[in-house]
Amino acid sequence: MPERIPVVEDILSANDRLALENRARLDAAGVFSLNMMASPGAGKTSIVERTIRALSGEMRVGVINGDLATSIDADRAAAAGAQAVQVNTGGECHLDAVMLRGGMEHISLDRIDLLLVENVGNLICPAAFRLGTHRSVLVASVPEGADKPYKYPGTYRGVDVLLINKIDLLPYVDFDMPYFRSGVEILNPGLVTFPVSCRTGEGLDAWFDWVRRAAERPG
Amino acid sequence: MHELAVTQSVLEIALRHAAQAGARRICGLYLVIGQLSSVVDDSVAFYWDMISRDTIAQGAALHFRRVPVEMLCLDCDRRYTPEKEDLACPVCSGRRVRLVAGDQLQLESIDIET
Repeated sequence: MPERIPVVEDILSANDRLALENRARLDAAGVFSLNMMASPGAGKTSIVERTIRALSGEMRVGVINGDLATSIDADRAAAAGAQAVQVNTGGECHLDAVMLRGGMEHISLDRIDLLLVENVGNLICPAAFRLGTHRSVLVASVPEGADKPYKYPGTYRGVDVLLINKIDLLPYVDFDMPYFRSGVEILNPGLVTFPVSCRTGEGLDAWFDWVRRAAERPG
Repeated sequence: MHELAVTQSVLEIALRHAAQAGARRICGLYLVIGQLSSVVDDSVAFYWDMISRDTIAQGAALHFRRVPVEMLCLDCDRRYTPEKEDLACPVCSGRRVRLVAGDQLQLESIDIET
């Protein structure tokens, strides 16, 4: 007769352990790191480019891009002046701690101060996989619609900072900001939020300041 | 969406516990999956058949226990399962709420033969 034995383990605990190792490596190298998540087309890569250009005078920036197949995003980050590595996930819909470790093998951690990890464009899966980065950033954008916090609560409740990109389009799209923010507030009370436009530059200075301040207190 | 990675982890955890218990065969796995965790049972079962082949877990039955989302209202202390997209408390309309269940993703137990 079969015998039932208790296991009671979080299924993704192996990933979580590796994420802790990644964090230890980053801390040892004195690198502050951000996990940048968003749906496809929200403007993650544009935010990354803008951030590299704004901060590279004061911090050495590295970028690890997760993408299904191409190196378009890493090429853009390199052109903006960062040490950039592409991690092709081979069809996986998210980065995980193993992939980030692999990406970190190809970047000189002792030669950077800030590591931007650009996750695969997806509002579901990346939230489930800790990477070991110091903070999680979500880039929303107004053309996506205001219902996203309600449809993707797992992502919205787990992040430390929110950018609302493409606010220059607000006059042209039906984006109910109070409805959006109310959905965010119930999932993630007091979430630090920056309305920005990569196109006009509006609001980005506040975001850059947040990165500078957070990098001083990585813990 | 990420069921392959989830299923691989399930297999690794099950094989490790089975080895510790000196099992010859794993015949069942009991998974606890919160509604918020976006894991689809059928996809896990599909990958399971592929990746458990030629292991002692081949042919093991997967049992899924789905856990609904449960919120706690910090204003009136009521526990509730949100009915609509709005997560606010249905009793007092409070918006200071906390998730207390529904995001777990756990392997609870396994059936083994020794």
